[in-house]
Amino acid sequence: MSRLKVVFWKEFADYFSSRRFLILFIIICITGSSITYIASQIIGQDITKASVGFIFLKLFTSSAGALPSFTFFISFFGPLIGIILGFDAINSEHSRGTMSLVLSQPIFRDSLINGKFLAGLATVAIMLISIILVISGLGLSTLGIVPNLAEILRIGIFFVASVIYIGFWLSLGILFSILFRRTASSALASIAVWIFFTFFIYMVASVIADQLVPVTHTATAEMITKNEYLKKMIMRISPATLFEEIAVAVLNPSVRVFGFVLPAQVKGLIPNPLSLGQSIMVIWPQFVGLIALMVICFAISYVIFMRQEIRAT
Amino acid sequence: MEWIVETDKLSKAYNGIKAVDQLNFKIKESEIFGFLGPNGAGKTTTILMILGLTEPTSGKVKVYGHDATREALKVKRVTGYLPENVGFYEDLTAKENLRYITRLNGIPDKKSLPKIDEILEEVGLSEVTDTEVGKFSKGMKQRLGMGAVFVKNPKFAILDEPTAGIDPEGVDQILKFIVKISREQNITILLSSHLLYQVQKICDRVGIITKGHMIAQGSMDEIGKEIIKKEETLLEIQVSKVTPNLINSIKEIEGVKNIEKSDNHFLVKCDRDLREKISKTIVENGSLPLQIKTQDYTLEEIYIKYFREG
Repeated sequence: MSRLKVVFWKEFADYFSSRRFLILFIIICITGSSITYIASQIIGQDITKASVGFIFLKLFTSSAGALPSFTFFISFFGPLIGIILGFDAINSEHSRGTMSLVLSQPIFRDSLINGKFLAGLATVAIMLISIILVISGLGLSTLGIVPNLAEILRIGIFFVASVIYIGFWLSLGILFSILFRRTASSALASIAVWIFFTFFIYMVASVIADQLVPVTHTATAEMITKNEYLKKMIMRISPATLFEEIAVAVLNPSVRVFGFVLPAQVKGLIPNPLSLGQSIMVIWPQFVGLIALMVICFAISYVIFMRQEIRAT
Repeated sequence: MEWIVETDKLSKAYNGIKAVDQLNFKIKESEIFGFLGPNGAGKTTTILMILGLTEPTSGKVKVYGHDATREALKVKRVTGYLPENVGFYEDLTAKENLRYITRLNGIPDKKSLPKIDEILEEVGLSEVTDTEVGKFSKGMKQRLGMGAVFVKNPKFAILDEPTAGIDPEGVDQILKFIVKISREQNITILLSSHLLYQVQKICDRVGIITKGHMIAQGSMDEIGKEIIKKEETLLEIQVSKVTPNLINSIKEIEGVKNIEKSDNHFLVKCDRDLREKISKTIVENGSLPLQIKTQDYTLEEIYIKYFREG
């Protein structure tokens, strides 16, 4: 355990002193705060019209014109943070020649990979906490509204989900850094997966869904629903979809179903915001799925790393 | 006498190709053991197995009585290892790099910091302790590598090609340092190298390995004798004149394997030193030996010879 700590603190210090972390952090802070600033301006105008609950959360979810919302920004940009922190975790140790030096010290081999992963997660967590605090501060000063307890808790859940989501990409980066000996290859492979899950999964899902349940102009409502449902399920393979659904439901208390809603389902529905517990129930499957993806990806890296031969060259 | 390292039919195959095959050798306490062989002979693989970083396909290796595969941690606690082409974290300073090593060894900073200064002084890096390793030359990195091995106070040190790619003066410094620290602190050393000449003078015993086999083991003298015993002697003979029957008579001497003639020079291969008999034969054939000399095998030749055989 103590050796794990040594690796953890060393990697943690490395991340924080590295240039790439600094660049990422600056980009995220600037983008995040400018997005929220503009969002807060728009929210500020809306408040006067009709005061709805949970205004503070809108800081994170409203998109302002051409600018995307903060949650979208994280779902889109978060993977890049994880990949950039993880893509050279193991193979850079090989290419620097430090791998055998470190592993010849009295440590278990898994201390190295665990330490690196945890240090990456901690870095991500600190990055996100600071940007969320910046946004909240900005919101406090421009809107003049104090978040209530429920809002703080919801932001907390969103934070945890974001860390896990980026943690998945971190572990994917680490996995590729184990599989590929060259850092360039692992970076490209990680980015390819990211592009697939973020951009192409929608097309793939549509194609498969249309093949299985063709929607023609004579299609019944049942078939259209089935098609939509299928598409949604396929898209949920992508951690980005899972994360977006979590973010939407947890930051927008009125959301109770995802995707297609039939009129019959809304009949008699009172458009009240859900309680926190109810929102958690809505996102629970997605949350578990996201955790599972991260854990599985890390477990695969762990197993491969433990079995990998260590050759100096 | 205590054996620090004992291997028992140690073998390792990568995808069916044997890198190390039934290797048996022992290392004594506080000796410098030279582990010699050409590139790709299986030296590094063997070393990785000694450290428990690679699992043997079959066979066993014991270090201080601990099975290296099962009790790797116990082995690594007492063993310092300098990998071939050692690398360091380039954006950390020399001191920070060593401190990371001592921390990984669970040595508290209070104890390790004076030791780090001391060892950096000893390897001649006291002026660059706070310089980032990225700015170091190859020789400096190698010396820092030596520091990393000995900063943890090992009982046993494995140095894989410590002199590769270093200029002659640097090699000399490194070898002197190895001898000094080994004698002063009674540290057993396994020194792997493909440059026999460089390391043989500081080794108490050597083991020569080619293609995964240990083909000779012992002190340099023993190995030299062994090879001379086994090998044929080459005699270069000059005679005053070549009489018709001379060549046939020499060929008939027991032990002569081959004879080559050019003018009045002969090159005779025989399985032992037959100078007496041959000169007698020459005289009996009515000629006179003007010059007979044996062609000795130099160490280099022994080495090359061995490598070819394996």
